[in-house]
Amino acid sequence: MNFLKQFGQYILMLSVVFSRPDRWRFFWKHTLLEIEQIGINSLPIVALMSTFMGAVIALQTASSMESPLLPDYTVGFITQSSTILEFSPTIISLILAGKVGSNVASEIGTMRVTEQIDALEIMGVNSLNFLVLPKITAAFFFFPVLVIFSMALSMFGGWLALLVSDLTTTEIYIMGIRSFFNPFHITYALTKTLVFGFLIVSIASFYGYYVKGGSLDVGRASTQAVVSGSIAILIANFILTQLMLLS
Amino acid sequence: MIEVKNVSKSFNGQKVLFDINHVFEEGQVNLIIGQSGQGKSVLAKCIVGLYDPEEGEVLFDKRNFTNMDRWQRSAIRQEIGMLFQGAALFDSMTVEQNVMFPLQMFTNMTKAEIQNRADFCLERVNLAGRNKLLPSECSGGMQKRVGIARAIAMNPRYLFCDEPNSGLDPKTSIIIDKLIRDITQEYKITTVVITHDMNSVMEIGDHILFIHQGQKWWEGDRHSIINATNPDIESFVYASSFMKEIRTQLQKKAL
Repeated sequence: MNFLKQFGQYILMLSVVFSRPDRWRFFWKHTLLEIEQIGINSLPIVALMSTFMGAVIALQTASSMESPLLPDYTVGFITQSSTILEFSPTIISLILAGKVGSNVASEIGTMRVTEQIDALEIMGVNSLNFLVLPKITAAFFFFPVLVIFSMALSMFGGWLALLVSDLTTTEIYIMGIRSFFNPFHITYALTKTLVFGFLIVSIASFYGYYVKGGSLDVGRASTQAVVSGSIAILIANFILTQLMLLS
Repeated sequence: MIEVKNVSKSFNGQKVLFDINHVFEEGQVNLIIGQSGQGKSVLAKCIVGLYDPEEGEVLFDKRNFTNMDRWQRSAIRQEIGMLFQGAALFDSMTVEQNVMFPLQMFTNMTKAEIQNRADFCLERVNLAGRNKLLPSECSGGMQKRVGIARAIAMNPRYLFCDEPNSGLDPKTSIIIDKLIRDITQEYKITTVVITHDMNSVMEIGDHILFIHQGQKWWEGDRHSIINATNPDIESFVYASSFMKEIRTQLQKKAL
């Protein structure tokens, strides 16, 4: 019952969020600031995670290649497909659910408990639209950039690890990356990213906006935002995979 | 003028406001007083629309605010200024940006006009030249004054102040009280102050509403509250030893 009530409240929140901004100038200005905060500030963690994960994927695949029947370029192919299909869109989104989700929930939650949201409402500002829509827009525009960046760095990390370990040559690795490449997989990965970005920011905003109490409650809301955002990503990942790859 | 008609409010089945009827007069400092937890802030939040009352209505100069939709309310709210208990300044903005915010949001004034208006409002609250400070760099009293400057930036017809003196020393409290009174008289606005500070009551209370157990218990002015015979008001007014001493001295003089 509580879940249904919260879900209903979440849908109602979205209906207010997606209305015309009071001032477009403010909206675009805030969107640019959010792109910096949500997107550009996440570049270092995404770069670090992607490079090392790509390296580990490549090394693990190479270490499992015992059969002489498997061609050498398989390592490159596995790195490419696991990166594009799952690692970059899903795992990076789960990491962003932690980083961005907690940031958004605590920022909005603090504004709630310090009455800044009440101040906006009293002035006649649609506070949900003013605070949440620029964040969703920023995530929508910049999460795909982060994921493409992650894909490139993962494959680079895989190449670097294999080269340092002397397990394959650059030519064979690149041949593997180019083998059986399906452009639809990029569409699938970016579609997932857009959905995940929306879920991360909207769920975190929901928990932050409706927080009641003080700083402890803001902390709790932040944790709940990360947990719920992560669960939502896993469920959405399953549904989207069913819909886009198997139907 | 703000009229409150038969307003009732409950939370989780527990009634906290019972059938409140009251008129807040224009050009006066109207106080809502009472002990903590009696419903003062809930009443104020019902008036400004942060809470929707279950029963009753609120009229701003005969305009029924309770029955309005979000967009109609937005228009009325641009005529309301509010000073919050913790000032509620936007902490990512400077003092000046806080004051400019409603002007940028709701007016078509030019940059220079907005700057002039912000400077004027800050000067009005004795904060000229503090434009570039962040709220975190301001003292409690300064934050309250910035809150007042932001509240009056749009030339409001109604000013609400939620415990404007909480956490302030007596001297700064008097400065804030005087500022509220002067602004009210200067612009002929309807001011509503929620407080339980007796100094404020005696300093600026033109019209006082005493709330007790969620009900309208008494109304009058700062002169009549001193002589009120209601035991609940008496225990509120003379709660401090200082006020008790004043009463004793007054009684001695009268004899």
